Order: sequence, then C-alpha cells, then structure tokens
Amino acid sequence: MISIAALIGQVFAIVLALALAPLLTGWVNQWRAWLQNRSAPPLLQPYYTLHKLFHKDVVLAHGASPLFRFAPFIMFGCMLLACGIIPSLSTDLPFAPAADALALVGVFGLARLFISLAAMDIGTSFGTLGARREMLVGFLAEPALLIIIFTVAMIANSTSLATIVETLAYREFAIYPSLAFAGIAFTFVSFAENARVPVDNPATHLELTMIHEAMILEYSGRHLALIEWAASLKLYAYSCLGIALFFPWGIGERDNFLALVAAIPLLLLKLGIGGMLLAIIETINAKVRIFRVPEFLGTAFLLAVLGLLVRLLLEVRA
Amino acid sequence: MQLFDEPIEFTRQPGIGAPVWQGRAVDGDELKDFAAAAHLAGGRLAALWGSDERLSGGGFRLHCVFGLNEGHACLTLELPANDPGYPDLSGLFPAANRMQRATYDMVGIGHDGTDQRPWLRHGGWPADWFPLRHDAGEGGDFSNLPSDYDFVQVGGEGAHEIPVGPIHAGIIEPGHFRFSVVGERVLRFESRLGYQHRGVERRLAGADFSTGAKILGRISGDATCAYAWAYAAAIEAACGVEPSPRALALRAILLERERVANHLGDLGMLGNDAALAFGLSQFFRLKEEWVRVSALLFGHRFMMDRIVPGGVEADLNAAAVKVLSDQCDAIGPAVKELHAIYDEHAGLQDRYLTTGPIDAALARELSLSGMAARATGLLLDGRCYRLDYAPPPPWAALGVRPVTDERGDVAARVAVRFGEITESLRLIRQLATQLPAGAVCAEVKPVPGASGVGIIEGWRGEVLVGVSIGADSRLARVHPHDPSWQLWPALEHAVPRDIVPDFPLINKSFNLSYVGQDL
Repeated sequence: MISIAALIGQVFAIVLALALAPLLTGWVNQWRAWLQNRSAPPLLQPYYTLHKLFHKDVVLAHGASPLFRFAPFIMFGCMLLACGIIPSLSTDLPFAPAADALALVGVFGLARLFISLAAMDIGTSFGTLGARREMLVGFLAEPALLIIIFTVAMIANSTSLATIVETLAYREFAIYPSLAFAGIAFTFVSFAENARVPVDNPATHLELTMIHEAMILEYSGRHLALIEWAASLKLYAYSCLGIALFFPWGIGERDNFLALVAAIPLLLLKLGIGGMLLAIIETINAKVRIFRVPEFLGTAFLLAVLGLLVRLLLEVRA
Repeated sequence: MQLFDEPIEFTRQPGIGAPVWQGRAVDGDELKDFAAAAHLAGGRLAALWGSDERLSGGGFRLHCVFGLNEGHACLTLELPANDPGYPDLSGLFPAANRMQRATYDMVGIGHDGTDQRPWLRHGGWPADWFPLRHDAGEGGDFSNLPSDYDFVQVGGEGAHEIPVGPIHAGIIEPGHFRFSVVGERVLRFESRLGYQHRGVERRLAGADFSTGAKILGRISGDATCAYAWAYAAAIEAACGVEPSPRALALRAILLERERVANHLGDLGMLGNDAALAFGLSQFFRLKEEWVRVSALLFGHRFMMDRIVPGGVEADLNAAAVKVLSDQCDAIGPAVKELHAIYDEHAGLQDRYLTTGPIDAALARELSLSGMAARATGLLLDGRCYRLDYAPPPPWAALGVRPVTDERGDVAARVAVRFGEITESLRLIRQLATQLPAGAVCAEVKPVPGASGVGIIEGWRGEVLVGVSIGADSRLARVHPHDPSWQLWPALEHAVPRDIVPDFPLINKSFNLSYVGQDL
C-alpha cells in the first residue's frame, strides 16, 4: 500500500528536479565563467532561456517526420522518469519498483536512441555526424555504467536504487574500496554522458567538433526548450545518482517525513559542491580528440571492472 | 639569377626599399620559361593579376610577381585586345590556379589550363561581363544568378560529403568547406571563397591616393597596417618618394603591434578551439589591453589610416614611448607564463602535436609565405637577413631574428606565434627607444603612368600591393594580394589524413583571411 506521505514525497522529488535542474546548469555555468576570469551570466539564465524558447515559434525542417517532433518529448519524459526513480530526498519512492538501476540505464539509452534517430531523421550531415558520435560515446559508456551499478548492487544485494541507498546510508557503516573504483569510473561516465568537456563541449560553436549540440542543431522553439531542459535534468539525474551511490548520507528513510525536509538543504549543498567540481574539471581540461574518447571510456570501464573484482575477491566473505 | 643569359639586377626601390626587378615577357612562351626558371631557382609565385590597358592604346596586361631568393621579380606580359590568353602556370606553381581564375573573372583574360571554374564570380554577374574592363559599364542591374560549382568528388564505399558554410554557427566570415570523408577521416577538403565580393579593385580605379589609402586600410581589418604600408610603399616606389627614417620606424612599430595583437588573439582562439576557455579569456584580456594602448597612442584600436603614402599620420612623444615600452615589459612575462601553461598542458599538446602537418617541400611547392611557411622550417621573412638577401630599412638595422619551427603542425604554428610575439615586443621596444628624429610625412607628387609594387611582411605573410597610376594622376589599377591566396590551398593539404573534429583547430592555426579573397 502506497502511503500518502510517500506519494507526496515522490511528487515533490519530481517537482524539485524540474525546478532545480536548470539552476544546477546555471550554477555550473557561473563557476565556469568565474574560473575563466569572465563575468558570469545570471544564475537564473537557463530559466530565461527556457522562457524565451517556449515563446518562440517552432521551425521544422521540410523533411522532418513525426519522429523528429516526438523525440524531444520522449527525451524529456525519460529524464523526468529517471529523476523520479533516483532517490534524491527520500528512499520512499512509489515509482521506484517500476524501474531498478538497470532499467535506469535503459531509460537513458532510450532517450539517446530517440534523439539520435531524430538527428538523422532530417538528413543533415551535422545531425548524422552528431548521432554517429553519440552512439560511439553511448555504446562505450553504457557497459561501464552497468558494471558500476553491478558493483554497488552487490553490496546491497539488490538492484533497486532505494535499497542500495538504504543499505549504504543506514546499515552498518563500512568502507568499501570497490566503491572508490566505481566512483572514479562513474565520474568519467558522467562527463561523457552529459557532453561535458573532455569528451564534448557544451559551449562550442564549432559545428564540426560537436556531439550533443550537432544532434539538436535543427531544433527550435519549444522542442529545443524541452531538449535543453532534458539536458539539465540529465545532469541533475546523474548528479543525484552519483550522490545516491557514493554519498547517500542525508537522504531520508522510509516513513520519515521530517528527514525528507532535512534532506533538501543537504542535497543543495551536495549539488552545489558537485557543480563546482564539475566546472573546475572542465576548466583545467582540454577536449580530447574524438578518437581518444574510447580510451577515456575504456579507462572508465576498466576501473568499473576493477571495482567489481575488488568487490568479488576481497570484500565478499562466504 | 639569370633570364635568357641576361642577369637579373635587383634594385632597391624607394620607399620600403625591397629589392625588385621589373621585366617584360615578349610572349606567353617566354613567361612560361621564366616561370620555369623561377621554379627551378626555388622561387615562389607571389602574385598574379591582370589589367586593362586599352585606354592607353594597348591591350590587356598580365602581371606576375615571383618571389626569389634575392628579391621579387615582376614580369608583365602584353596581351592583344581581341584575344587575350596566356599559358597556364599552375603546373609549375599550383598557387597560380585560383589567381588565374580570379583574373579571368575580373578582367577576362584567360589561361589555357583545364580548371576553368570561376573563383570570384558567384553568379553575381554574367560570365561574359568583366568588372575590371574600362568598358564594363555600371552593371548594377544583374539579378543574382544561380552559381554551380564543381567540387571534386570522391567516390568509393562509405565516402560521403559534409558541406559546411558559407554561414557558420559562430561569428566568422563566410566560406564554404566541402569535406569528403569516410567516417571521421577526411579524404579530401576543398574550400570555396569570395562570398562577400566587394568590388574593391573596381572602386579603386580612378580613386585619388588618399581615398586609395583609406580603402586599402579597410580590405582586411586584422591586417590594416600591412595593407596600408604595402600600398604606401607601392605609391612611393612609383613616385620616387623616400619616407623619412622616423616614418619607417613608426610604420614598423605599427606593423609589429598589429602582429602581436593578432598572435595574441589567435593563441587564445587556439586554446578555445580545444575547449580550453581559460586560454581564450587570458589571451583576450592581453589583446584587449594591447589594442587599448593602440587606441590611446594611435587613435584607433586597429591603427587604421595611420600609414599613408609618404609617411605616417601619427607620432610618438617621450611619454608615449614610455607607455609603449612599459606595455611590452608587462605583456612579455604574461605571455611567457601562458606559453609555459600551453606547453605543459597534456590535453592541449595532444590536440596540437602532429595535427594538420605540412612540410617544407610542400610549403615551397605551394608558394607559401609568412608564419605558416616558417612553421615548416622555411626561412621566409622579408624582415630577416638570409642568403643573398638583405632586408630593407628599418629592418636591416634591427637584426630581426626569424622564428622557425621544423614540425609544420598545429604545435609548430603555435610555437612560431609565441616566438614572434617575443621578438616583436623586442623590436617595438628597440624601435621606440631609438626613434630617429625628423618629419613623419613627406609630400607625394603623382607621376602619371608610373607603377610600383609594395611588399610587406604582415602577420599572416607577405602582403603585396601592385599600383599603376593613370595619365590623370589618379590610380588606374590597384591590386591588393593577400598571403591567404597561397595559404588556403595549403590548408587543403593539411586537413586530409586528420579527422573532422580536428579541422577547426587546424583552420585556426592558419587563421587565413576570407576578406583577402573578397575583393
């Protein structure tokens, strides 16, 4: 039986994700600007951009099929679902049984599939170029992410994110060396998945080097707004996933409404620090040559496998 | 060097004083023979243009300038008015290809080669109308015709094309790039330029000297000093005017300031194109400080209209000299610090090293000049001493140290830029502190019928301006030549074998001029 409190908590988590995701993007952009000695855009700039885009007309390419129009909604829906099933404030999520951590990887994969298909749908060379590269990144990042999740799932003996968080945060405290490997691997994967600097550059104007931006070049108006929002949600979802897997302390337990309220400032603090670190890493790195992306993600995969082996060989005692 | 057993005597022109030889070819065969001899001597094709001489009773005239070890050889070929044609030089000098096509588009004198595609004509005017002919008329009411352009196609399994531009995602000038790729690998790269044809050469015909100086200073904003000096030098050579040593020193300061400003900007952009925005903000801060001092001392951030025929329209007092050298002292260490950061940044070096390589043999083959040529190890710098060549004043006394790098890749072009900034700062300091006394501008009296060329080592490479003065003492024909004419084809050789996302970096490492083609 789903309690009313749990339902409220679930809805609140989703609303908070919708509201906070652009703020996180704005926060990262501010730090990027500060670290580069530029005066920063307003913290609320992503909201202004969304507002502007929602009020603009949509220009569709002549060859666009319905897929092109649906893709932003699917992408947005996927990211919203992801935010719904990742415990950000409380582990008491009625949606959580709908999808475990493995399905979450599938949800991200679904979004990727549709936005890539949409990019190829209109038949421009940049769209195809971007989709091709996105698939390269995706098929290297997904296995690494899966192995990371396996490692964590073996600690909790469950692939349910809620159970994982409850195990890590509220059962007996232990130091898991396997999580260190998984954590580093997860950082690598998040950079690749969120089109951040060593792999992609969210601020670039160079058509020929883009990955994510190349795929959405033909989008405009509310479609583009949804995609931008979905991209923010994805960053938020990955941040929350990272927090849930590696820094879960503070996320509220079941049947504890007060803990949910207390979790909000802690989440903001964690996201704030995470965003800052992201900006620092982005600033000190140059973008790698695209053929080095397999090396980058191969490293992530290797670290994830190491984490899994450490878990299997050193930590598990019969 | 010899031409048909007659030795070529290079003479110092008035003005800039670059060693120049002027000669005439009797017919097309002699032109071709001379070109072959120049090619054999390791020379380069510096410029090629045509002019309509029918008003003075002749036909058409083809002008070729060859850059030889000892100096520049300017060769003209008279062509009949009814059937103007000349032999194709692109077999000897591939750089001739686009210049020949542009010459046909503008003047209607054609070569007999196989590549007869238009270059500057983008359907803005009909194929049988030539804007630089005296009898062309106004020609203002042409509708915009569709213009097809036969890009060279690459076949084979998996090969496809990526068209980019002329409108780009960033704020840059228009140019169309056609990549033939397999996956990310570039098989062939071809560019099409001249989208913003401005009718500069036609506007210059009949202009007076000062209008000419204004227009030349506006051909390319980033090289305004180089163009203005090359034009002034051409006028001074034609009219036999000798600018004062103080004027020459001031011109050199302006040119070197332009070089530093552009190199600073490019180094920032080279960081940014590898997503190291830190480099962009740092170098643009330095560039901004630099151009503000230019505005303070010379009244214009780009220092436009400061160099005029006869001298300069600017002067420096003791206080200004102090500002100038103080800034050099301040910016030098900052650049040095950033140089160390660039050199030690593993990610950046990974992007730069071995990317977009051209070697010295190719650079020679394609008649390259300037920074990109020096980054292949060629010692080509009009300001530096080399075998058989002594630089003109004011460079001769300065002992300009050439900056070269053998590697020929993006890293080499970055390294040469850093080196040239340091050297230019030294030159500016030296020029400013040892400024000769005297007037800064001499009077220029037009000599009807005279002609001359001006050759200046701009920041990109050799800027060349050919001038001929009409019987009415006004400009009859002015041809500005940007080094990018030779450098764009080099880019087409540098890009293949690398991958598509490397192109912006390679392109930026050359930073070629689009407007230099938009004449």
